[in-house]
Amino acid sequence: MAPPFTTSAGAFLQSVLQPQGLQAERIWNLWNFTLMLCGIVFFAIVAVFLYALWRAPRGTAATKADLDHGHSRRAHHLAIAWALGLSAAGLGSLFAVDLLTARKLSQLLPDDALHIDLTGRQWWWQATYRNSDGAPDFIVANELQLPVGRTVLIHLRSDDVIHSLWIPALHGKLDLIPGRTATLRLRADAPGSYRGQCAEFCGEQHALMALLAAAKPAGQYEAWAVSQRRPAAPPQTASAKQGLRVFLSNGCASCHTIRGTAANGMAGPDLTHVAARETLAAGMLPNQRGHLAGWIANARAIKPGVAMPPSTLTPDDLHSLLDFMETLR
Amino acid sequence: MTSASPSRASSTLVADASQADALEATWRDPPGWRGWICAVNHKTISRRFMIATFVFFLLGGVLALMIRLQLAQPANTVIGPSLYNQLFTMHGTTMMFLFAVPVMQAIAIYLIPLMIGARSVAFPLLNAFAYWIFVFGGTMLYVAFVVGSGPDVGWFAYVPLSLTSYSSGKGVDFWAQMITFTELSGLIEAIVIITTILKMRAPGMSLQRMPLFAWAMLVTSFMVLFAMPAVMFGSTALITDRLVNTQFYSTADGGDALLWQHLFWFFGHPEVYMIFIPPLGFLSQIIATFSRRPIVGYPLMVLALIATGFLAFGLWVHHMFATNLPDIGKAFFTAASLLIALPTAAQIFCWLATLWSGRLSLRTPLLFVLAFFVILLLGGLTGIMLALVPLDLQLHDSFFVVAHLHYVLLGGAVFPLFGAIYYWFPKFTGRLLNERLGRWQFWLFFVGFNVSFFPMHILGLQGMPRRVYTYPVQMGWGALNFLSTIGAMTIGASVLVFLFNVWRSLRRGEAAGPDPWGAGTLEWSVPSPPPAGNFVAVPVVHAREPLWAPPVQPSYVTGLSNTDREVLITSTVEAQPDHRFWLPPPSPWPFLSAVALTILFIGSIFTPWAVVWGAIPVAITTTLWFWPKKARTSARTSTEVRP
Repeated sequence: MAPPFTTSAGAFLQSVLQPQGLQAERIWNLWNFTLMLCGIVFFAIVAVFLYALWRAPRGTAATKADLDHGHSRRAHHLAIAWALGLSAAGLGSLFAVDLLTARKLSQLLPDDALHIDLTGRQWWWQATYRNSDGAPDFIVANELQLPVGRTVLIHLRSDDVIHSLWIPALHGKLDLIPGRTATLRLRADAPGSYRGQCAEFCGEQHALMALLAAAKPAGQYEAWAVSQRRPAAPPQTASAKQGLRVFLSNGCASCHTIRGTAANGMAGPDLTHVAARETLAAGMLPNQRGHLAGWIANARAIKPGVAMPPSTLTPDDLHSLLDFMETLR
Repeated sequence: MTSASPSRASSTLVADASQADALEATWRDPPGWRGWICAVNHKTISRRFMIATFVFFLLGGVLALMIRLQLAQPANTVIGPSLYNQLFTMHGTTMMFLFAVPVMQAIAIYLIPLMIGARSVAFPLLNAFAYWIFVFGGTMLYVAFVVGSGPDVGWFAYVPLSLTSYSSGKGVDFWAQMITFTELSGLIEAIVIITTILKMRAPGMSLQRMPLFAWAMLVTSFMVLFAMPAVMFGSTALITDRLVNTQFYSTADGGDALLWQHLFWFFGHPEVYMIFIPPLGFLSQIIATFSRRPIVGYPLMVLALIATGFLAFGLWVHHMFATNLPDIGKAFFTAASLLIALPTAAQIFCWLATLWSGRLSLRTPLLFVLAFFVILLLGGLTGIMLALVPLDLQLHDSFFVVAHLHYVLLGGAVFPLFGAIYYWFPKFTGRLLNERLGRWQFWLFFVGFNVSFFPMHILGLQGMPRRVYTYPVQMGWGALNFLSTIGAMTIGASVLVFLFNVWRSLRRGEAAGPDPWGAGTLEWSVPSPPPAGNFVAVPVVHAREPLWAPPVQPSYVTGLSNTDREVLITSTVEAQPDHRFWLPPPSPWPFLSAVALTILFIGSIFTPWAVVWGAIPVAITTTLWFWPKKARTSARTSTEVRP
């Protein structure tokens, strides 16, 4: 498998440790403070513990039990009271910092925000971008493009089981629950490709339900949005034209939409601009002709349990279909 | 073995050998095959219960090793997704439902009567019934798994994934019915333990003289009583949703997917403390014995246990921070989750003060419980991190949580449990475990544990989610996962050392005598293993550590029958003698009732009508169980004494 996810700089990111957006940055600051405080407590208690083990005299089963320890009782109680007081102070300060961070996270200003409806499916993601009026603009699958520096509100819902969206470099996770909606507010502050993954166990292929969030400067993002809005260009070559016929006559169209053609199925990913995506099969495979061919021939051999059925295309039809799909940029 | 009486102790008495023999004959389980079915002695049942839970522990461990094998390398194909999902579901289910909670109850029904000076548990037949139900439920789940109907939706079985639309096989039904079995067993054991502790303590053992382990079990058992009904309701609703089309959880028909999570975690979080609180009792007993002094701050320790028991019910939503609940609600659960750290901190400080001022005997039992101060401490601190909503949003359902929960459950329960086994094994069997092998096991376990689980913190921060059967090589998680697998193998090796140690000790271990550790509580005043009736003469208690305190008269109770299963019932708070009570003799009906109920439970997985026709044998067996016996009633009446 070739590396499916590389940013322009070749870096690859699905980590809490390198925040690339405002929200992840805020959580990162809270993490550092908490880690410091907990680290101090850990080492202090372990130090006292080890010192106690080192200093205490040794005894055996025959040593007479010390029932008369009145002389040290007061000192013990004082020490325990101090330790408890310090613990309470530490916990109180953590609670305060927690509340402040949570408040900031929920106050990311939504002016001029980009709205995306994200639906979880077993085991892929469907994203509907809204236009400035709030109406559906265009649909993509398994790949989000985000404008750098602009607030994005991702409205989460699920059509089947519970999923959870987690793009660690940008924000924490939020569940996609059938019958409910939730909104994740985030802002990417640096251009790059950030991988995300479903974080709630959602069945057989939970492990391979990934998506890519590509943050781009506003201009590049707008150019991408313009291209996504356009319907698919009509096929030009004979083979591609044949490929479209194969697509329409072999049942593909009952699950997949290609705008600009008669294909309008809604069960599977929208394929209008599939060739422009970096990956196939929810982040599992790089988007290359060979992988696409294998996926079309028998997706369940690659990813057992998926809804996509195996096909019975002749090799010629398959090649035409691939020729056609490569035009869907 | 019954002729021996304790050599030193305030409750020491020179027992008449014939009395001891009569007592033995009265309380003994029947020999031969009848003993297999009819046994009701709490020590027999507990021994079987402990072995059963330990077998499940070993099975769960083997599943864990298979999980680690699959994750050792990126894009590994040793185990496919379908089997892997069953493996982690079975591992979690086994460890939580078939090992961690019941093993504590199993140990308690052995030790509690001995610690509080009682000849039996209350309700010995019910106790036997609970054991059988547990074994049948656990066996059913494993048979289903082996024949290919294992559950594969996680030990938490979130709806709608666990509904028939997404899990059409029988695996989830077996899982949900296993909940019914184990929770029934757990509830019964809680009732047995509470009643035993509150009504059967030796005279003089007022609540403020009760061993801390008894306090821990009392708190735990009350928690079981209040927490388990939630999951029993939840799993019953899941079963009816799956079998007879009720719509508790189906969003499309007005049900709610989050209802399950609330019901499950309202039980699930207290469950963590049901696993964690009994070991706090182990720690208090073991640290006192090997520091040669009572635990510092007994009243604070007791209050801390009770406070933990209450607070544990206010935390469940911290498992649901990613479900878009209102912020103000989350803040409440954050506060409660932080607050519960205080009672545990209080106990840690008391133990540290005890160690500080004690004279330490660094034997294996102490070694195991001392691991608590590193491992549980770390797990508790990562728990504080997870209680903070913004951090939880990043860490939740990642490998960081896998690390956290294993630090808490192994550091807080399994390490102390092994300490407890090393400590009380001589009492159970009459033989000491080997010290050298014990140290080998400890260090293999301690090092293996940290090598296995510490890297998972980092993996979680690097973005690795839980419950994934594989991960692409480009993620860069391979090296730490490989390290973790090596650690898991080391833990496996340490458990093998333990099994060898047990096998060797049973064959030719050093004889323990009644009290090999010089401990202070009553179980060490009787021979090892204890006679069938526990105490030849029921002790009268004058101190918290009766065997350490100077003798005070009277030291034992007279007048209890040696020829009937007669026990002394005492008052709840002060343990003043109240009345004598006869416990029932061995009986096959608990076993037969459990068989009948098992048929009903398993049958109902396949047809709802099993609830109807399966009720007939259940009614027959339970009626016969409680059928009054004339001869016994009249004998009982004839012994009554009017004041």
